[in-house]
Amino acid sequence: MVAATTDYAPHQNGGRTSGAQKVTAALCVLLLGVSIAGLAVGAADTSLWSGLFAVMQGEDLSLRDEIVLLHIRLPRLLTGLLVGAALASSGALLQGLFRNPLADPGIIGVSAGASFGAVCAIVLGGALPFANFLGAALLPIFAFAGAWGATLLLYGIATRRGRTSVATMLLAGIALSALTMAFTGVLIYMADDAQMRDFTFWNMGALSGANWNKLLIVAPVVLLALGTAQFLANGLNAMALGEDAARHMGVSVQVIKRLAILCVAAATGVSVAISGGIGFVGIVVPHVLRLVSGPDHKHLVLNSALLGACMLVSADVVARVIIAPAELPIGIITAIFGGPFFLWILLRQRGVVDL
Amino acid sequence: MALIAKNIGVRVEKKVLLRDVTFDAQPGAVTAIVGPSGAGKSTLLSAVSGDVAYTGSVSLNGQDIKSIRASVLAHHRAVLAQATPLAFPFTVFEIVRLGLQRHTEPKIAAHALQKVGMAGFEGQYYQSLSGGEQQRVQLARVLCQVWQPVEDGVPRWLFLDEPVSSLDIGQQLRVMQTARDFADQGGGVVVVMHDLNLTAMFADRVALVVDGALVVQDSVPKALTAERLTDAYGCDLKVCEAPISGFFTLPQLARVYPSQELL
Repeated sequence: MVAATTDYAPHQNGGRTSGAQKVTAALCVLLLGVSIAGLAVGAADTSLWSGLFAVMQGEDLSLRDEIVLLHIRLPRLLTGLLVGAALASSGALLQGLFRNPLADPGIIGVSAGASFGAVCAIVLGGALPFANFLGAALLPIFAFAGAWGATLLLYGIATRRGRTSVATMLLAGIALSALTMAFTGVLIYMADDAQMRDFTFWNMGALSGANWNKLLIVAPVVLLALGTAQFLANGLNAMALGEDAARHMGVSVQVIKRLAILCVAAATGVSVAISGGIGFVGIVVPHVLRLVSGPDHKHLVLNSALLGACMLVSADVVARVIIAPAELPIGIITAIFGGPFFLWILLRQRGVVDL
Repeated sequence: MALIAKNIGVRVEKKVLLRDVTFDAQPGAVTAIVGPSGAGKSTLLSAVSGDVAYTGSVSLNGQDIKSIRASVLAHHRAVLAQATPLAFPFTVFEIVRLGLQRHTEPKIAAHALQKVGMAGFEGQYYQSLSGGEQQRVQLARVLCQVWQPVEDGVPRWLFLDEPVSSLDIGQQLRVMQTARDFADQGGGVVVVMHDLNLTAMFADRVALVVDGALVVQDSVPKALTAERLTDAYGCDLKVCEAPISGFFTLPQLARVYPSQELL
């Protein structure tokens, strides 16, 4: 009995703290790898290496290489990283907030809310007096508002006296998705040809529309949300025991909840605004990480962002080359690879740990 | 320096759960709340923990709890709920560590686990434990939060809602002794109890709650009389003193056992 008290090394939590740090390090390396792939691979036969070589020799890039590398692939890569990080960490935050591993922006209607906001911006935005002033920021702002509204509404419906009902959450999410999709349908029906074209391009999503202008709007929002999310870790850990228990331990539950909802709405909102709805990142990534390095949000949120970024950029690379020079929508790739992988994890872990 | 609840009323929608309950607890003592199921015992504990909306006032160590920030209040009192469901596969050690306050030493988590008899379970998944084991892990977490019963001359408080409900007799005694020790070292303990015998063994004072109202609050022999208990629980109860230990015990059946069998 006494011997057990002599050593308080991290092995007592299954060595998971140091494990999580190793995972972070490994993900950083992976991120570097997929980033290089993201720049090197594409339909055009531009070589990243010859480009780099030329620059190192002090020569100028050819105009074609410059356009391909700096104005097409680089913004696309960065957008992919940000969107992947945003969706995966939003998943981790939502799951912590709802205390349920099924919460995912795509499943519970947050993305649908963002889509609805985006369509509102496309169809109704022109009629607004301040539309010109907002310019390119109009769509992300509306998408954010839609995501925020959906999350608030859902949390209000599903949580009663500090307990979140899973069934209510999922059912309300489905109802909310259906409702917002119906409204979206009505708006599309009302739209004129030009708006219709805008909507179609936006809805095809993927990362093909990425450019520096859009990136300038997305990057600060996503980075701010990701930064804020890091401060919510302790609170979310305590909230795993329920809101009352978290409050007893001194957590300002209301503050944590509001910030988490804001972060999720901001990150998901701008992600959807720029890339349409991309499923499966928000649910698969945090799951995998919980299995590998435990549910501690101190590591989970950051590692989710890293793995989400890796996953989305890899998916984008595959989407670009698999039927080149055409492209598959990235959502198809994440679902084709994410779906079976997710099922495999579930089957393997069935009965071992109740996620 | 006490817990003082004045004229507490709690209602959920139209149902009155507590009416006009005035109740207090002193540091250095174990104060039990007893009463039939659904009488409002847990609601009273929730009210003084600040979990439910209430009318009236609750002050802890001389301050109204509504005016104390959650992070400060967490220094003064820790709360153990009846059951604590967990959302994700945390390990036992990760759960207990959540109770650590900013300035407490991490090794206290291991001490707390030892105190509740759960040393050696650190790396196990919380969800793989039995109900009684989970209850003790939560107790360890709660103990971490108020590890020193008195800090800077200010007593700290343990609020326990049926801490022994899913434990065997040996564990029940150990858990109650832990609460007793905390009080003996100057801390305050408020505990909701079902078992009247255990209450008689470990509590200094007892509050009897029936139908949302306080019937009596006094020392155990004065408060728990046969008439009051018979009224409260709706069955014929007798009260007698156990001869060997001198414990004041309350056989919960109508029959009085021969004294040798009692202990």
